[in-house]
Amino acid sequence: MSERTLVEAVALALQHAMEDNPDVVVLGEDVAVNGGVFRATNGLHEQFGGERVMDTPLAENMIAGLAIGMAAEGLRPVAEFQFMGFIYPAMEQIVGHAARLRNRTRGRLACPLVLRAPFGAGIHAPEHHSESTEALFAHIPGVRVVIPSSPARAYGLLLAAIADPDPVLFLEPKRIYRLVKETFTPNREPLPLDVCFTLREGSDITLVSWGASVVETLQAAEQLATLNVSAEVIDMATVSPLDMTSVLDSVVKTGRCVIVHEAARSGGIGGEIAAQIGEFCLLDLLAPVQRVTGYDTVVPLAKMEHLYLPGVEQIVAAAISAVEFE
Amino acid sequence: MQERVAQFEVDHVGFLDASGQVLEDLPEDIADLEVIKQGYRSMVLTRLFDARAINLQRTGQLGTFPSSLGQEAVTIGFSLAMQPNDRLVPSYREHGALLCRGVTLCELLLYWGGDERGSDYQQARKDFPLAVPIATQCLHAAGVATAIKLRSEPQAVVTVCGDGATSKGDFAEALNVAGVWQLPILFVVTNNQWAISVPRESQSHAQTLAQKAIAAGIDCLQVDGNDLLAVEYASRKALERARAGGGPFLIEAITYRMGDHTTADDARRYRDDDEVSSHWQGDPVARIRSYLVEQGGWTKDQEEALQADCQVELERAVADYLAVAPQPASAMFDYLYAELPEAYEGQRQQVIDRAAEGKTDE
Repeated sequence: MSERTLVEAVALALQHAMEDNPDVVVLGEDVAVNGGVFRATNGLHEQFGGERVMDTPLAENMIAGLAIGMAAEGLRPVAEFQFMGFIYPAMEQIVGHAARLRNRTRGRLACPLVLRAPFGAGIHAPEHHSESTEALFAHIPGVRVVIPSSPARAYGLLLAAIADPDPVLFLEPKRIYRLVKETFTPNREPLPLDVCFTLREGSDITLVSWGASVVETLQAAEQLATLNVSAEVIDMATVSPLDMTSVLDSVVKTGRCVIVHEAARSGGIGGEIAAQIGEFCLLDLLAPVQRVTGYDTVVPLAKMEHLYLPGVEQIVAAAISAVEFE
Repeated sequence: MQERVAQFEVDHVGFLDASGQVLEDLPEDIADLEVIKQGYRSMVLTRLFDARAINLQRTGQLGTFPSSLGQEAVTIGFSLAMQPNDRLVPSYREHGALLCRGVTLCELLLYWGGDERGSDYQQARKDFPLAVPIATQCLHAAGVATAIKLRSEPQAVVTVCGDGATSKGDFAEALNVAGVWQLPILFVVTNNQWAISVPRESQSHAQTLAQKAIAAGIDCLQVDGNDLLAVEYASRKALERARAGGGPFLIEAITYRMGDHTTADDARRYRDDDEVSSHWQGDPVARIRSYLVEQGGWTKDQEEALQADCQVELERAVADYLAVAPQPASAMFDYLYAELPEAYEGQRQQVIDRAAEGKTDE
């Protein structure tokens, strides 16, 4: 038991997965000797050597394609994309091959790979380093999209993603890589995929979020408590497929829902969650479902990103308006 | 001061002229006649299959289909050099190679007839399904080869792409990493002169496509792709080297796409019939038959028996294909994941119900 940051939890999960399964290999740009630009693969090269921790040539599409070939052979490749903003060259490999190799071959070949990428804004990074485009991938059947929001969940969910027999896009909220420290027992046990985590129970409103925005959502719940509003907070964690059973149960109980995500609003995963709430528990709703999200703009550069990211005030205001809705 | 820091050459290899005459003394370890007879049978079967598949498509019994007419010596030549445990990571015009690998005619027909079970090969379980997106498979081959190398298996990977594919980043990226990591791969570029309607000279200003390997530090050879002896020989040497840890190799096989790109294409829109006709002079099937007649005493009776035997095998496969019962509607969902996530159970039931009610659009 010791305190760990989220990025340390990622490195620890990789270490434990590699210790427990010789088929797990790590590849990417600068992941070996340098230990990754965020140090998420720190120490792995020293412990496991260059055969299992591979610095690749600099080509993101190639990294995805290589991982597919390795996975089809039964390895468990964990590939790092240095930033989510650089993942787009790999779209064809992810959408056209990783997501459908099992289906195309009727189960003869599978693609048990993990594609890790730091994502999201808020660290004053250069252009193209602040993307939250998880919805692009959540739209693709055959690939899971998993997003941790705490060190313990990063550890357990990454173990689960590596153990999963299908492709997983594992998006790490880099704004909270080192923001939150948590004490947990790294027991080598994966957390379940495809289920959300109820971080706080409440009875008046359901706040649904994922990634770094979970931090502000929890803070908003605290503030709402001082205003006598009891908020339930759900971390979706796996944003594809969605655990709507748990969300719907919560919304039936509270009658209200605010969805918080950093990604742009239109076409975002919040829209899918809202649609399913409308589809399956419309008559339980006491107020319209609201979304607090990034704007439908390009993520601004450093000087304006604080105006782009969903803030505690916006979440509280949306929740209050839902509670006061008549 | 200026000095030359690197210098490169590309060789071309062919053993037979267009009429099947041996050009010069053959290497001592040229494929023996039994192997060539086996290859010839595969070429005959592939040619019959291509014609029959087009016929099935024209009569509404098969989907869009890409004929490999004219390219049989390439696809079968490298296959003859493969061992069963090597891996094939093919492009989509490799029916001949797939047949050599043990994929059945019925599986090929199922795939092109629109049934995913056609890629569930009962033999060659580790071979990749054919790739429709251009050049993407070159990277899968590099990944497969990485796994083979990591596990110190004495095997190699063959990946195939066309002349058009050499324009894509995937091709260059795969060559690059194969070179850096010295992966056990043979890249076969089937240069059939046409990428749908775009001719070879509009694809690249490079003198050869083989030389693209040189930039990645990979040895290469241009081979007469209509000469089964040459393709088999060059591939065998490259694969022996790769399996022994000697790294990757690239073969540019010069051939010609005698047919349309697919049954949905009409090549008369962009190339002259005269050009196509002239290429019959180099026909790989006639060429290797001449070689067998001259060097192996191949007789008219043997030829007739072979043709009849292939016809019977083909018609039996067509009958099998046409008799295959359709997949259950749930199959749409059943192979997406190892286990279908609960979130999609409802949709799976919807399509089952829809099929049961006969409410399909067809």
